[in-house]
Amino acid sequence: MAEHVLKIQDVTMQFGGVVAVDNLSLEVNRGEIVSLIGPNGAGKTTAFNAITGVYEPTNGAIFFHDKMIVSNHPQGKMKKLYKGENNGKYPKVIRKTPDKITRLGMARTFQNIRLFKSMTVFDNVLIAKHLRRTSNIFTATFRLNYKEEKKMREETMELLRILDLLDVKDEIASSLPYGKQRHLEIARALATNPELLLLDEPAAGMNPQETDELTAFIRRVRDEFHLTVFLIEHHMNLVMDISDRIYVIDFGKLIASGKPQEIQNNPEVIKAYLGVADDE
Amino acid sequence: MTKTTKTISSCVFALVVAAAIVCVGQFSSPSSMLRTVLQMGAVYALIAVSMNLLNGFTGLFSLGQAGFMTLGAYAYAIFTIPVDARDGVYYLTGVADWLKNFSLPIPVALILAGLVGALCAYLVGIPVLRLKGDYFAIATLGFAEIVRIVMASTPLNRVTNGSMGLTKIPGFKSYYGIFIVAAICIALMVLMLNSTYGRSFKAIRDDEIAAEAMGINLAHHKQLAFVISSFFASIGGALMAMYLNAVSATTFTVAVTYYILLIVVIGGMGSVTGSVLSAFLVIAAKEWWLRPLDQEQFIGGFKIPLLRSGFRMVIFSVILMLVVLFFRRGIMGDHELSWDGIYGFFKKTLPSLFHRKNKTQDPEKEGGANG
Amino acid sequence: MSAILQNCLNGLSIGSIYALIAIGYTMVYGILRLINFAHGDIFMMAGYFMIICMTDCLIPWYISIVLVIAATVLLGVLTEKIAYKPLREAPRMSIMISAIGVSYLLQNLATYLFSALPKAYPSIDFLNKTIKIGNISTSLVTFITPILTVLIVVFLVFLINKTKVGMAMRAVSRDFETSQLMGIKINNVISITFVIGCALAAIGSILYFTPRPSVTPLSGSLPGLKCFVAAVFGGIGSIPGALVGGFLIGVSETFIKAGAYSEFSDAVTFVILIIVLLFKPTGLFGEKTTEKV
Repeated sequence: MAEHVLKIQDVTMQFGGVVAVDNLSLEVNRGEIVSLIGPNGAGKTTAFNAITGVYEPTNGAIFFHDKMIVSNHPQGKMKKLYKGENNGKYPKVIRKTPDKITRLGMARTFQNIRLFKSMTVFDNVLIAKHLRRTSNIFTATFRLNYKEEKKMREETMELLRILDLLDVKDEIASSLPYGKQRHLEIARALATNPELLLLDEPAAGMNPQETDELTAFIRRVRDEFHLTVFLIEHHMNLVMDISDRIYVIDFGKLIASGKPQEIQNNPEVIKAYLGVADDE
Repeated sequence: MTKTTKTISSCVFALVVAAAIVCVGQFSSPSSMLRTVLQMGAVYALIAVSMNLLNGFTGLFSLGQAGFMTLGAYAYAIFTIPVDARDGVYYLTGVADWLKNFSLPIPVALILAGLVGALCAYLVGIPVLRLKGDYFAIATLGFAEIVRIVMASTPLNRVTNGSMGLTKIPGFKSYYGIFIVAAICIALMVLMLNSTYGRSFKAIRDDEIAAEAMGINLAHHKQLAFVISSFFASIGGALMAMYLNAVSATTFTVAVTYYILLIVVIGGMGSVTGSVLSAFLVIAAKEWWLRPLDQEQFIGGFKIPLLRSGFRMVIFSVILMLVVLFFRRGIMGDHELSWDGIYGFFKKTLPSLFHRKNKTQDPEKEGGANG
Repeated sequence: MSAILQNCLNGLSIGSIYALIAIGYTMVYGILRLINFAHGDIFMMAGYFMIICMTDCLIPWYISIVLVIAATVLLGVLTEKIAYKPLREAPRMSIMISAIGVSYLLQNLATYLFSALPKAYPSIDFLNKTIKIGNISTSLVTFITPILTVLIVVFLVFLINKTKVGMAMRAVSRDFETSQLMGIKINNVISITFVIGCALAAIGSILYFTPRPSVTPLSGSLPGLKCFVAAVFGGIGSIPGALVGGFLIGVSETFIKAGAYSEFSDAVTFVILIIVLLFKPTGLFGEKTTEKV
């Protein structure tokens, strides 16, 4: 059996009375590229946010390399409102802020690009390198950390070189063309030295040619950095081309999973995407 | 420009500024306006930079600066008023017993003032920093008011002298003392802002959520920025107390916070050099250049209308409003004054002047191109 | 017992004045997302307008009140047109700073025009009449203030929920750009907001200063802050919230002033503010906002 990097167990996200993610369980194995697809509003990004600590799941647990990193059960007002399943299965409460989760070795990009807009490309990547810094405010102020700083800068340059961003390193991030901004966001995530890369709609707003480039880019990054990739995407060409496995959710529920060809022919998936006439 | 020429020019520039301050110190009369403006400017520059550190660099819109200045000013005053002058200062209620024969040297008291402010910032920051945006601004504003009221309250009479305030606060013997302290503090802040921590602060300002996703601990960094900013604001408050020789609960009202905020905005949010320049310019305008507006003036036998006491402040606030409305990014925007910047500025403006000259010299060529 | 009742009445009275001013803050914030730092100073200017009308021009009080409300509204709308409108596309911080600038300007202008010394506020005999209810004696103004305020709030809630203008206001406060696309003239809506806010500030100013001796250029700053606290307290953006917030602050302040620690009454107001914000970060009746990631 393949070793899993990320495992989500019975995760439910409920906002007030709305169940955005309903009892979702899935696994991502080492070295795989796995996609999460589904119609708009199916709860894909919410699931991502629960994994990365932006939201706290209402119920369920998340494991990273077999270690439980998030676990929760309905509390307070939610006790009465809770509509999901498996209530009471996860008595432990473990919550981590996004920075702690990134520290474990999981880095993400965002659906609507979130770069440090006023900073240069170089600084954007350099900041992600701070994750492993050992200096404190005094040693940093008096430059006693110059060796570490120098190393961080060299690593940043190396990363920019590998990802073909070296020629724009002194540009302000927000002045880059759209496709480059997406690349930069991935580069920034890579600078945290992750094992698992989470990409939230990396091809959103791209034309077919840029999408093809991105497909190659993601593959290259996976091989070069020995990564596992978990991504949300709408561009079916990209998804079918790149994925080892695909999960499909609709209204927060998992409706199908499997290899690309299986998904393409799955009647449930076709129904979710195209709808079905009422009286047939 | 190469790196060495830049370093040399910077050194020359720093020497010129230092020489100018020394000249003013040596050759002007102790009551001259220039001296006042320079000293006050230095104090305000320090406080403005400390506010910019929080509002401009970290993106935390705080309005509590006056509170920390009050804390610093009182902490400094309480420990430095000469022992033999204390009975005179606390003539109504007497001085607390533990304070009676206790006083600290000026530099120690200054650092202590900063630490008092930093400690309060740490404690207040734990709850308040959880608030977002406007609510954080209001909570810090509320904190500043609480500090003012507590300092003037009767239970503290024997320490802070209640609503009477403290007087006879000693200062540096030398005219240069304030400049040296302000310069050291600003230099420390600049070093910090250019370090990895400064970069993290800017990342939080640009995008909190992305910064957190890149592994920056938000709570820790915000707390750090708040404490550091308050430390230097408190030292600024102490310098102000030193300069005024007196402090009371009404010295640092909300209006002072607003005033400093306007200095920061005029200099440019996120620019240290902007804040420093703007502090000196604004103080000079307010205390010196606009002074004549406050007196009735005559040209020949004709009295210029409107000029009387108070008109200066009206014009001053109108100028501030104009800057806020039409030069929203301030003097420097979020850039720093640099040799490259100055070089670039002249490169951009000078050719346009030359260009106009060229145009007048050979009109045929210009016309030919168009035809 | 009667002392407690007396304090309650006084507290409700000052609280309703706070509420009137707080509504101005709340409505502007609801629509422009702007803390209008100049609102307290507009309230102060209204005090000076009354002095000009009654003391300098000897106009009878019932005409003066109308004139004061008109002048204050004009000042408020002018402020909006000159200082806030040009910054509509600018970041929110800029417009807040502009508001702070206006506050600074109005204080300095008042100092220039009327000097920093306190000016006596004209007394309106009709409002200062003493009346007795049971064994509580109070001036008429203390008594009618809460009633008037509740009536005004009911009227405003009706206006916002049942009329076309109100619907436009609610739409603009939800989404500025979309409501513009739907054909709402946002500039008119904003002007109406300022008209209502400033009219209430003028009424509040008359009720506030009548039992007090004088006005100074800084009279607006502390009441302004407290009213703002009242607005935040009730949940900024909510009109009934402003009323409840105003009442709470007024009553707690009056009771503390009557007790042994009167000098801390303002400090307590701010301490309560910070505590409320910690447990209900958007106030008692405010709506939760979440940022989309």
